[in-house]
Amino acid sequence: MDIVELTAIEMKENLEKKRISARDIVEAHIDRIEKVEEELNAFITISKEEALKSADRIDQKVRNGEKLGPLAGIPIGIKDNIVTKDIRTTCGSKMLENFVPPYESTVVEKIRKGDGIILGKTNMDEFAMGSSTETSYFGPTKNPIDSQRVPGGSSGGSAAAVKAREVAIALGSDTGGSIRQPASFCGVVGIKPTYGLVSRYGLVSLANTLDQIGVLGRNVIDAALMLKAIVGYDEKDSTSIDMELIDYIEVLSENIKGIKIGVPKEYMDLEMDKRVKEQVFKAIKTFEDIGAIVEDISLPQMEYGLATYYIVSTAEISSNMARFDGIRYGYRAENYETLDELYMNTRSEAFGEEVKRRIMVGTYSLSRDYSEQYYKKAVKVRTLIKEDFDKAFEKYDVILSPTSPNLPFKLGEKLDDPLAMYKTDLFTVPVNLAGICSISVPCGYVEGLPVGLQIIGNRFEESKILKVARAFEKHVSLGGENIGL
Amino acid sequence: MAYKTIIGLEIHVELMTNTKIFCSCTNEFGGEANTHCCPVCLGLPGALPVLNKSVLEYGIKAGIAFNSKIANRTKMDRKHYFYPDLVKGYQISQDDIPLCSGGYVEIELEEGTKKIGLTRIHIEEDTGKSIHTEEGDSLIDYNRAGVPLIEIVTEPDMNTPEEARLFLEKLRSTLKYIEVSDCKMEEGSLRCDININVVDTETGEKTNITELKNLNSFSGAVKAMEYEEKRHISLLEEGKNTQRETRRWDEVKSETIIMREKGEVGDYRYAVDGDILPIEIGDKWIEEIRDSLPELPHAKKQRFIEEYDIPEYDAGVLTQSKELADFYEETVKYTDDPKQVSNWIMGDVLRRINDEELQIEDLKFKPKDLAQLLELINQGKISNNIGKKVLRTMFETGDSPEKIVKDEGLIQISDEGELKKIIEKILSENEQSIIDYRNGKDRALGYLVGQVMKTTRGKANPQMVNQMIRDMIE
Repeated sequence: MDIVELTAIEMKENLEKKRISARDIVEAHIDRIEKVEEELNAFITISKEEALKSADRIDQKVRNGEKLGPLAGIPIGIKDNIVTKDIRTTCGSKMLENFVPPYESTVVEKIRKGDGIILGKTNMDEFAMGSSTETSYFGPTKNPIDSQRVPGGSSGGSAAAVKAREVAIALGSDTGGSIRQPASFCGVVGIKPTYGLVSRYGLVSLANTLDQIGVLGRNVIDAALMLKAIVGYDEKDSTSIDMELIDYIEVLSENIKGIKIGVPKEYMDLEMDKRVKEQVFKAIKTFEDIGAIVEDISLPQMEYGLATYYIVSTAEISSNMARFDGIRYGYRAENYETLDELYMNTRSEAFGEEVKRRIMVGTYSLSRDYSEQYYKKAVKVRTLIKEDFDKAFEKYDVILSPTSPNLPFKLGEKLDDPLAMYKTDLFTVPVNLAGICSISVPCGYVEGLPVGLQIIGNRFEESKILKVARAFEKHVSLGGENIGL
Repeated sequence: MAYKTIIGLEIHVELMTNTKIFCSCTNEFGGEANTHCCPVCLGLPGALPVLNKSVLEYGIKAGIAFNSKIANRTKMDRKHYFYPDLVKGYQISQDDIPLCSGGYVEIELEEGTKKIGLTRIHIEEDTGKSIHTEEGDSLIDYNRAGVPLIEIVTEPDMNTPEEARLFLEKLRSTLKYIEVSDCKMEEGSLRCDININVVDTETGEKTNITELKNLNSFSGAVKAMEYEEKRHISLLEEGKNTQRETRRWDEVKSETIIMREKGEVGDYRYAVDGDILPIEIGDKWIEEIRDSLPELPHAKKQRFIEEYDIPEYDAGVLTQSKELADFYEETVKYTDDPKQVSNWIMGDVLRRINDEELQIEDLKFKPKDLAQLLELINQGKISNNIGKKVLRTMFETGDSPEKIVKDEGLIQISDEGELKKIIEKILSENEQSIIDYRNGKDRALGYLVGQVMKTTRGKANPQMVNQMIRDMIE
């Protein structure tokens, strides 16, 4: 049995049936990591010792016949902007290069309680600002399918680690597409839950009204398994929602015949790679074949999505980045005379270009003279975008679009062109602005490179998008996939 | 020329909730540095604030007590600036929708009651505390970070430092009344910034507003305002103006010293804090809080007027603080002359308290003792003047009036025989005065009575002495 080729659910089942031990699982993945990591660079920190300890603890449970948690034995990667107690959490930045949190994030607490095994902290764009994982202080992650290409971002490390079989599942965070776009680029499944479904306690804020923790997995079932384990109200996060828990695995087998799917024409008219468009149209055909009703819809405000997103998100970024001042933790400049110099030198030396760019843009749009013109206006447009979706969901169950307008691009290709980089999030940012949920599933390959299909659902309708995604995944056999590593 | 001083205040008050505003850390003054802290109040990456409902409740209590309008919908905002004692690079405060708007505080002036308007009351978090050592190091204690505050902003309605003092006294007493803060200026649980300027009422010319900081006591605040008032007036007289600036009061030098010039107001880049959901406050909850409040000073004042039949002025003074009002009511219980109690408390008791900056709760004697003292006077056992002397001893020793009177032999001499002997002696020594009196000089009688009192060290019953001398020399 090639353990790393098993899906998460299969690993868990084999463990429960005592065909393999948790230690077997961890060791197989550590072997795999040691083999590919030098080239791939999907991890910032690998917590081997701690993973082996967890594995032994779980094996002891198996021997004692104790009840196992829902994630028993599953090796998991955690994006490095999610706080892990006693394991350094860098956010891909020099600023937090040596920051070891004294507390645990709610999601990681749930994973530990669920007997999941944390293998390490995955690479990411610095503070999740980027769409290619190239802005990481710890060097870029490569796309496992083609190491000349980026894995997408900002959760590129998580997507690559899952694709390359370094872990079975990974957590990511999605502020404007940071789970879905790398899922698309790496040919894996990525779900961004509804804002408030998963506690953000312990997620280092990028843009806190848009951020949401989500899951990257090799298939929809694995993603559903993990999602089920991390959702739920958390009194430590006021924005988390108290609602009845749903068994996301159970819903996957439901039929989607007659389900109504909307395809926004504004989306399909936006600038995108023709080959991507073709694959998406093929997917639409597939849905019709399996009995869904697909219709064109209009979301008139979508053309303002990207502009609105970059104003709202940078404003929040400028605020959320303010705490990194070199006083209490993290990097502090060595040379300074005055307090102002301490701040300036610390932040100049420890933040990368993209972080500085967004702090400056956000500071500008929040400033007294411009906030009316930019920030406050963007907040209003955000409401209009939300209303567009509300209206669409009155008639339709889910909305389809490409996940990204382009195929995985080459390393360095867009690094000096921020606008081109931002545009790769064209289809994903409106979902965050509206606070709704969305999943990216692989829908085809172009010259060996994956294309992701985005399935968008209304607030707290994760079961719907998972069900639709699973039906699609089951029906198509993609082929053309080829892991370069 | 005529000048008018304009004073407005900004007061920060720490609330006495059990825990901090956004986390479950204990909210108490002091403690070893950096021990009342957690990831939330230290602003560690990833930690999120959760609003403590008690903070809203305390803020609403203050709003109700000061007649403000309570917002049904409000929110928390981020106020951005950099300082080492500010852990997140922003303070969570309230910008455009404060918890309470408007309202007023009434102060008692000799010419009557004056309303000082409030602009707003909002809730926010306190920062840590920077300590600058003599060696030039800066140390920070984050125990105070996340302590809940209300900021109270007044309208520029005060026109003398004394009015500002009365306002602060009333504000403090009310906040203590409703038990939202202990208002200890020396511990920083009440902090006050003052905006002051002066207008020439003839020409309409105004000085620029000076902001005064670093005021550690009410008396310091008054001195600082008096100092500034003079400084502004003398500049106006010289045809000059003040700078718009921030000054601090230097207690030692007894002067204000410039801290910084305030050209432009800082840009705090206010933005809503998305980590905290919009706050909804139902009228039902506001009414529940209103019902839970103890009797407020104003209501108490009205009750005192009716129940004890004392003048409005007396009632106003006596209800300035809950402690004073309680002391008065407790004393009245043991006597049947509420007005006499009021006279004594407003007179000798308060004078001593104010002179020595005492707290009523720290007095060595109890209301019952004061009542006993008044009874001794009313029974004629001691004179009014001896009573005052006894009271002075009570302040110092806390002994009961009976004991003091006994120990010091102060019982009034009301025995006619004894008094007669003393008076005869005085009369024999002052024949001229007797003649003067008989010639119509009434003052001579006063002199003779005075001599008797002097001889008896004030113990002679003055009414009796008066009458007896008259009887004897007429």
